[in-house]
Amino acid sequence: MSLRIGFPRALFFYSHFPFWQAYFNRLGIEIVTSPLTTKSILNNGSREAVADACIPIKLYHGHVMALRDKVDAIFIPRMIKINKHTTYCPKFLGLPDMVKGTLDKLPPIIDINVDISNNLWGLWSTCCGISEILGCSRRLSWSAYLEGKRYQKAYQKLLLKGYFPLQAMAKLEGKPIEKHTNSGKLNLAILGYPYQVHDSYISLDVIRKLIKMDVNVLTLEMIPANHLYRLSNNLPKRLFWHFSNLVLGAANYYTLHKKVDGIIHVTAFGCGPDAMVDKLMELEIREKSNGTISFMSLSIDEQTGDAGMATRLEAFIDMLHQRRQKK
Amino acid sequence: MKKVSFAHMGYSYLGFKQLLEEMGFEVIVPDNPNASTLDRGVQYAPEFACIPFKTVLGTYLEILDRGAEIIITSGGVGPCRAGLYGLLHEKILRNLGYEFDMCVFDPPLTGLWTFFRKLRKILKETNISWLAFIDIVRRAWKKLKLIDELEQLAINIRPYEVKKNDTTRTFNQCLKIVEKARSLYQLDNAQMECRQLLNDIPQDRSRRPLRIGIVGEIYVMLEPFMNLDIEKKLGEMGVIAYRSIYLTNYANSDILSHGTMDIRRIAHPYLNQFVGGHGQNSVGETILYAKNGFDGVIQLAPFTCIPEIVAKSILPKVSRDFGIPVLCLTIDEQTGSAGVETRLEAFIDLLCQRREQMEAKNNESLLFGY
Ligand code: SF4
Ligand code: SF4
Repeated sequence: MSLRIGFPRALFFYSHFPFWQAYFNRLGIEIVTSPLTTKSILNNGSREAVADACIPIKLYHGHVMALRDKVDAIFIPRMIKINKHTTYCPKFLGLPDMVKGTLDKLPPIIDINVDISNNLWGLWSTCCGISEILGCSRRLSWSAYLEGKRYQKAYQKLLLKGYFPLQAMAKLEGKPIEKHTNSGKLNLAILGYPYQVHDSYISLDVIRKLIKMDVNVLTLEMIPANHLYRLSNNLPKRLFWHFSNLVLGAANYYTLHKKVDGIIHVTAFGCGPDAMVDKLMELEIREKSNGTISFMSLSIDEQTGDAGMATRLEAFIDMLHQRRQKK
Repeated sequence: MKKVSFAHMGYSYLGFKQLLEEMGFEVIVPDNPNASTLDRGVQYAPEFACIPFKTVLGTYLEILDRGAEIIITSGGVGPCRAGLYGLLHEKILRNLGYEFDMCVFDPPLTGLWTFFRKLRKILKETNISWLAFIDIVRRAWKKLKLIDELEQLAINIRPYEVKKNDTTRTFNQCLKIVEKARSLYQLDNAQMECRQLLNDIPQDRSRRPLRIGIVGEIYVMLEPFMNLDIEKKLGEMGVIAYRSIYLTNYANSDILSHGTMDIRRIAHPYLNQFVGGHGQNSVGETILYAKNGFDGVIQLAPFTCIPEIVAKSILPKVSRDFGIPVLCLTIDEQTGSAGVETRLEAFIDLLCQRREQMEAKNNESLLFGY
């Protein structure tokens, strides 16, 4: 029987999963993801994780709990850096330790460091470490590594084409998925950390809701990352965190190219970096677009109701429509 | 000359004031932050910014209203938010229509050259030679160290004081003496005088105070307004509250070099990664306190503080493994003095009971050993 390794469907799942899936599969390991977020997963996470952690971290705890009895090990890498400019949020840096400190009855945890800042080979050294832990040969690991990279590239291509992460993953697995075509009148950029925007449970399905309102939804995945990095570098000092740079870069991109009517920032409740990013976005967008682009920030917590959010979105969209007509 | 000001952090303003004054600036000394400072900060800061950010913003608003033209502040390297404070403060304040210069000094080790250049620019403006500057810095530094020393002395004496509030009164008197001393010679004299004053406080040495270690984020640890004067409170409840960060050794180990490696190494089995701020220190220091037989540890964490949240989720495990009680106090703008006091009292009761139980056990085993 092959080894089963769990991969929680939260945080970096939305940006890095295809690589790891292909990698582990090639090693002959079955990779098990936790189900889509449900109420009970969120409740479990909120109950166990430290009280003032942000929602995505609580959710991560919940997803680990959903997996812990079903697998032989759980993969919780310590994401440190994936380029030389930025690190991940400190909670990513301490993630394996937080989980181990908080939850009990855990299967073994694979908590290898992912630090790509100072070597040319990218993830390869991490992969070497994993193959050592699992007792696979270097050769097998190498071919798995190449496979993973190929997969990730294909995934990123789909994202650039306008597929949303979960759609792109399904398509990679060969399911017939049609991407949604943009035909609405309004263009809106929905920005935020991928694990917040694309988890339809905690984002209260904001994307689907907007599409239903006949809005063309743009996200940060539709722009190449290095582009975003260049655009987020206009401050006296670069932000320290990877995802925050992507969000800010995307805000600048959509503001400068004036392709959108409005920008919605979906912030994670209790998020430390977002407190700064949100304010910076607000000020920058206002300054750069001279008020032609409207900005709204949506902060979603456990208590935010579906109805309340729908009304807010509707009001925002109405306002944009009126603005359009005036022009 | 331009009017210069800076953020308030504990008693450090005495040192900075002297430094800047002797460089020839007109200095606006920030007042102790208070509830209205925080209110103003809260009004303009993002909701989830950490409380130090809000308080400092409030302080800036106050000093700008008093006419400050240059604000000097320290930067940071991340990965925590402190390093970006300056940037966002400046943006928010400008957006409110204030005109000023912001001078952010990043720790010298991260960019020796830019540090040097910024300094040179300031020195040129003020017409001070490097030699004179070194002398000024040396004396300001000595002053800061002296204040730290006196603070520690006061903490160690307070639990023994016979008359309540004696120590605090004397300590404030000492601050005044130190403030006046400027030359090295005067500082030496002030040191002797203040030591004498503090040691002369009538004390009841038969008491057996509990020893509690305080860990947490630097700003809330150093600023009495932020931590609701926890050291004084604990002292008056008969506790010696050690804290590991003082301004000068903070500067020693963080700003000027990277000397806290040891604490971080101790934290490794639990947190094997620098998470910014003092997250890793909080874990390492708790272990250290436990190993040194302290009765308990209190963690001071600003609400939404990222590194301290990481530490907080690990501390229960440390507490279990090393058998040391840990109390986590999260501080936000709603934290009330009364609430904290009750929690502290309950914690101290618990520690006293524990101590008695342990002593009883030890006595038993002693008897059996006979
Ligand atoms: S970036 Fe924000 S939401 Fe993400 S883990 Fe850090 S604090 Fe949480
Ligand atoms: S250490 Fe905590 S309180 Fe200090 S800046 Fe960082 S997040 Fe804010």
